[in-house]
Amino acid sequence: MLPARTRLAVAAGHAVSRLSRALGKGAGASVGGKTILALDKGAIAAMAAGRPIALVSGTNGKTTTTRLLTAALSTVGEVVANAGANLPSGAAITLADAPPGRRAVLEVDESHLPAIAAATEPDLVLLLNLSRDQLDRVGEVRMIAARWRQMAATLSGATVVANADDPLVAWAAMAAPKVVWVAAGQPWVADATSCPSCSEPIRFADGGGWVCSTGDLRRPDIDRTMLGDDTGLRLPGRANRANATMALAAAAVAGVDEEKALAAMADVGEVDGRYRTITVGRTTARLLLAKNPAGWHEVLDLLAVSRDPVVISINSRVPDGRDVSWLWDVAFERLTGRPVFVTGERWRDLGVRLRYAGVDHEHRPSVEAALESLPPGRADVVANYTSFQSLIRHAATAPEGATDAAA
Amino acid sequence: MPPPDSAVGIVALYPSLLGTYADGGNVTVLEQRLAWRGIPAEVVTVEVGEPVPATGDLYVLGGAEDGPQSLATDVLAADGALSRAADRGAVIFAVCAGLQILGTSFSVSGGRQRDGLGLVDIATRRGERRAVGEILVEPTPDLGLPMLSGYENHGGVTARGPGVEPLGRVAYGVGNGDGTEGFVRGRILGTYLHGPGLPRNPALADLVLSWVAGPLEPLDDSDAAALRDERVEAVGRGATSWAKRWLDRRSRVARAV
Ligand SMILES: [Zn+2]
Repeated sequence: MLPARTRLAVAAGHAVSRLSRALGKGAGASVGGKTILALDKGAIAAMAAGRPIALVSGTNGKTTTTRLLTAALSTVGEVVANAGANLPSGAAITLADAPPGRRAVLEVDESHLPAIAAATEPDLVLLLNLSRDQLDRVGEVRMIAARWRQMAATLSGATVVANADDPLVAWAAMAAPKVVWVAAGQPWVADATSCPSCSEPIRFADGGGWVCSTGDLRRPDIDRTMLGDDTGLRLPGRANRANATMALAAAAVAGVDEEKALAAMADVGEVDGRYRTITVGRTTARLLLAKNPAGWHEVLDLLAVSRDPVVISINSRVPDGRDVSWLWDVAFERLTGRPVFVTGERWRDLGVRLRYAGVDHEHRPSVEAALESLPPGRADVVANYTSFQSLIRHAATAPEGATDAAA
Repeated sequence: MPPPDSAVGIVALYPSLLGTYADGGNVTVLEQRLAWRGIPAEVVTVEVGEPVPATGDLYVLGGAEDGPQSLATDVLAADGALSRAADRGAVIFAVCAGLQILGTSFSVSGGRQRDGLGLVDIATRRGERRAVGEILVEPTPDLGLPMLSGYENHGGVTARGPGVEPLGRVAYGVGNGDGTEGFVRGRILGTYLHGPGLPRNPALADLVLSWVAGPLEPLDDSDAAALRDERVEAVGRGATSWAKRWLDRRSRVARAV
């Protein structure tokens, strides 16, 4: 039974959510969650008590890994998850909607993870990766790693599932009492070239190993290797195999049969619009989200298997990061020679970047306009966070193509 | 200036350490702007453990977090080649943490003050608030530059010693923290402008390049000019009435350029 104060806060939160939805102001979850926390600061802790909770955090792959872990854990019981609403307000409304005792899987923003972990006392904490993202808002990535490390030392009741290939994640997770180390890879190493412990250079080996040049920090011994590309996952690419490997490791800790877990995860074809295909005009387009250099690194690998046209949409609202300097950390040179279209609120920054990359490109007023101007065939759309969200909202009302992301 | 038959030597210093804010884009811009004019260039990327080339024409440093900034300072001091290059009049372009490294001192984690390389008489201490956001700069007139626009993200307040001129006056944003932005001393130029700074301000890139390669023919930078106008308007909406009037005047000038 929840404390009276929390029950009151939840009732008010639900009322505000309904009102917000009735007024047509989005899903209402965020404002509902904010209401709950405004009325009862301890609501998350109260609602988390007595239920198993898995927290998923990292710069990239949070939403997808949460979705995959939810699928895996659903093979043994009902699970509630917070579909992308990764701030404390999202956690609050998700828990408020969940029956007592039900397993929750919560995606958590990197900078809010220590507070959410303290409030929820999770049994599983998945630490995926850390790299530069939204430097204007979130701050420098090493500060987040240091705060994760402080948090990890307090996780007495949890198993931490950590990416051993990311030195920043490994350094943080090493402080935890119980860790399952996963070789999930981190092809983007530019944020971990100097040791988070002593600042001396880290040396990376071809096989995925790494060691600080002073020897004070090295990759931990691996408990689980990366899934191969023969597992039948519908979600494409290396990054999604890494996400699935992390989710599978966590599901195994929770006692789920691995074959059943893998089958459930393989069935996931899109995640909140990521990897969805839409049809606009005579073009079938695959929707991809990339919002920072590490994410783009993986997406450029996905794009490299075809010569299809690419539409890139860049915004710089608060959830995207106001600063678009990061576009210069992306190897857009790899798009040379294929048709490229730029759009979004910061298309001019992107255009200057592409000129110096030697990539011919044209501006279009919207993703839809870009797709409509193409001859019949396939295309890829890559958007950062808010431009992706608005694309999905539009796509929801447009005629939809098959969601065969493996194609 | 190099003899006509030799390539312009650009040295990118420790991009793994000094690349937090994508300032590696500045090197791309310097190299491409020479290439587009048919001027041969050779970029040497130096990482920790490798010697800094003694004969570079143009050395480039970017922004960094505290730990890597300190490490870069230590290895540059131990190597010594950058100080010798400055003594012989090589060009140095330094951004943010890179700017601070060139000075006499700067502050690191915990507010501790440490020595810089001491190539320029500037000193940086920790400011009360981190400066994060768009920045507009009215350049010091004798540099012959149009208005500069960038993005700043730093916690440092930089004081210039006597004889060290600023890059310009801050029209919007924080910069050095005393109403000025960056510094120019001889052929060493420092700035807080990310974005990165050179793609957003091609005239600044050409100023730095001209110190090495002499007068340069113009390029078509209409996309960068349009980008700057857009940034001026974006900033102008949030600016004070004084700054708005200033921006109105400047943006008319900017469009005319
Ligand atoms: Zn170390």
